[in-house]
Amino acid sequence: MSNVHSIIKSYTAWDKSNLIPILQQVQSDQGYISPEVITAISNHLHLSKSQIFGVASFYSQFKFNPPGRHSIKICLGTACHVQGGDFLLAALQSEIGIKTGETTDDGKFDLDRVACLGCCALAPVVMIDNIIHSRVSVIKLRDLLNSYE
Amino acid sequence: MSNFPSIQQAASEQWQALQESSEPVLYLGMGSCGLASGAGEVWDQINKTIASEKVNAQILKVGCIGPCYLEPLLDIQMPGYPRYCFNNVDGKKAEKLFLDYIHKGESKIKPIGYLGNGKSPLNGLKSFWDQPMLKNQVRIVLRNCGIVDPENIYHYIARGGFNGLVNAFDLGPEGVINEVETSGLRGRGGAGFPTYLKWQLCRKAKGQDKYLICNADEGDPGAFMNRSLMEGDPFSLLEGMIIAAYAIGATHGYIYIRAEYPLAIERLKLAIQQMHGHKLLGKNIMGSGFSFDIRLKEGAGAFVCGEETALIASIEGERGMPRSRPPFPATSGVNGSPTNINNVETLATVPNILREGGAWFAGFGTKTSKGTKTFALVGKVRRTGLIEVPMGTTLRQIIYDIGGGSLKEFKAVQTGGPSGGCLSSDFLDLPVDYESLTKAGSIMGSGGLIVMDKDTCMVDVAQYFLRFTSQESCGKCTPCRIGTKKMVEILEKITEGKATMEDINLLEKVAETVHKGSLCGLGQTAPNPVRTTLKYFKEEYIKHVEEKRCPAAVCRSLVEYRVIKEKCTGCQRCVDVCPTHAITGPKSEPHNLDKSLCIKCRACYEICRFDAIAGDAIVIE
Repeated sequence: MSNVHSIIKSYTAWDKSNLIPILQQVQSDQGYISPEVITAISNHLHLSKSQIFGVASFYSQFKFNPPGRHSIKICLGTACHVQGGDFLLAALQSEIGIKTGETTDDGKFDLDRVACLGCCALAPVVMIDNIIHSRVSVIKLRDLLNSYE
Repeated sequence: MSNFPSIQQAASEQWQALQESSEPVLYLGMGSCGLASGAGEVWDQINKTIASEKVNAQILKVGCIGPCYLEPLLDIQMPGYPRYCFNNVDGKKAEKLFLDYIHKGESKIKPIGYLGNGKSPLNGLKSFWDQPMLKNQVRIVLRNCGIVDPENIYHYIARGGFNGLVNAFDLGPEGVINEVETSGLRGRGGAGFPTYLKWQLCRKAKGQDKYLICNADEGDPGAFMNRSLMEGDPFSLLEGMIIAAYAIGATHGYIYIRAEYPLAIERLKLAIQQMHGHKLLGKNIMGSGFSFDIRLKEGAGAFVCGEETALIASIEGERGMPRSRPPFPATSGVNGSPTNINNVETLATVPNILREGGAWFAGFGTKTSKGTKTFALVGKVRRTGLIEVPMGTTLRQIIYDIGGGSLKEFKAVQTGGPSGGCLSSDFLDLPVDYESLTKAGSIMGSGGLIVMDKDTCMVDVAQYFLRFTSQESCGKCTPCRIGTKKMVEILEKITEGKATMEDINLLEKVAETVHKGSLCGLGQTAPNPVRTTLKYFKEEYIKHVEEKRCPAAVCRSLVEYRVIKEKCTGCQRCVDVCPTHAITGPKSEPHNLDKSLCIKCRACYEICRFDAIAGDAIVIE
């Protein structure tokens, strides 16, 4: 938490426009937004916890559960959908045994859907830990997942 | 006094030296699509080879030049020769090419074209721009993408960068607005509001502080024009922002950019830093007396924040919910101050208009839609990528001449993202401009063009978009919050084969209500995918309802997977790929498919078609 406190303190107190940047920086450091973080931000910006949670839960970027070692983001943009993204999601969920928004029991993967990664010309795409994999087919999926420890 | 002329001098010398380099120069497309196709591996390999061969050569990262289907693209420029372009390069191919060129000066691997000047020794090699995908394009806003190093301000300046700004300072704010009026530029975010008018309203608004915001929250799924532009030529956007700020008298600048675009964010930050270093941003820009600075705000993932008032709420640290207008942001926006919001492409077009003149820009396009527009041409089309064409180009020219046609029989093209519509083949000769698309029931939108072929189910597409808008609805007004959800429910009934014709009538009625009753653009346009598919593809809806059949074999509840025993070679490929172990069977004997375990993910179907020893034995009915 000491990291979190120094992140929060680097922003001006009482200034509400700092809320989203703080949440973003904390999440990129911690991987998710914990209840303790919300309390700490509340003390700094002088906003109620419900206000903070209200803002954080409005945006799809923020997570409230600890992530896995590898984060899978499956793109379900229009181009990916047309090129079979939905089928890919079904196979992926069944392969690692979790639904979107969850983390596997062994803590290896967490899975999220995103609206578009902007690589539509290479659809369907899947992002694992900030690396975008293009033209992922259901056939290639298992090999791709096995390449992660 | 401005020191800009001396910067220009240095920039043009550096650019010239690069063209006339006595060492090999390599240019690698390292935009997001290049990286996703494996440009990172090529980069590592070439750097390794340069070190192991102990040769003097430099390799530069450039942005996306457009034809994503050819990525990764590598250009090799040998001393005295133009840039030879090689497509679909991987580490191995890159190494071979590089070794061939440094040792023999040529390679058996043929380039697909060349870029730039210099002698062209290869017989019959054409310019890169002569390729079918590129020859009908007019590149104004994308003119630097893939050509220059986006991390080097000198490249931008050497190619005429900031000349527009110099002209703007000469013309004065009113003069700039007049020039933009002459150009006929309209908002490239999709709504098409005249840019000069927007600026004028904000200029005339009373207030000490004024804000200029660039909307780079490219939220339309299926669109990536702004991402490519910011990654490939960040300076053009920033120059455009200074010109706009000068015209309206803005004191603060923000770029509201999607957090999902990390590379664009990095390039913009670097560009801003370099501009500060050359006093092209900050206090007293170019000695003009005008001061302006630009900050980045990362969006946190909410489609509705593309709406101006929602975007402002988000910048202020609130939930991104729209409010009713008036007051318009031009008079009361961020912190109650006059605020002008423009899209990335609009702003990046501005330096070109100020450099070449409004009349020049107005020479492209149609009577009411001037200039060029970028599109993300994707979906079931042969040549995918980022394109720029004059307004008024027909859909047929875009899809067939530039895109090379659809993979299978053409069915529809979707424009405008979740707010747009699906147009059938009857509309292929429609000129792409604001009015024509709106008349056909779709919209221009920000520029996503998604081609669909006979394997696409139009009811499924409508359901896809409505699921998206219902999830992204902020929930403030009832027609949008409840209406989009109800539409999803009806569409689900249809795709599951549980609907009656009465449900289709109800769907039409709800669509009308959501369109008329919603507070902001998201809700008002959310029914467009349903309305256009109902209008142009009604027979598909009827087949789902009356025959309980999905003609494209997409809707999962209406199809079944089956192994044709006579065709099955027993190769076990499908057994390997099935994630649920629904397929079993000993080697060399026809396999069994347990329908109770099957999740219909298509893995078996695809491998049965792609694998040589399989026998096309799995069918979807």
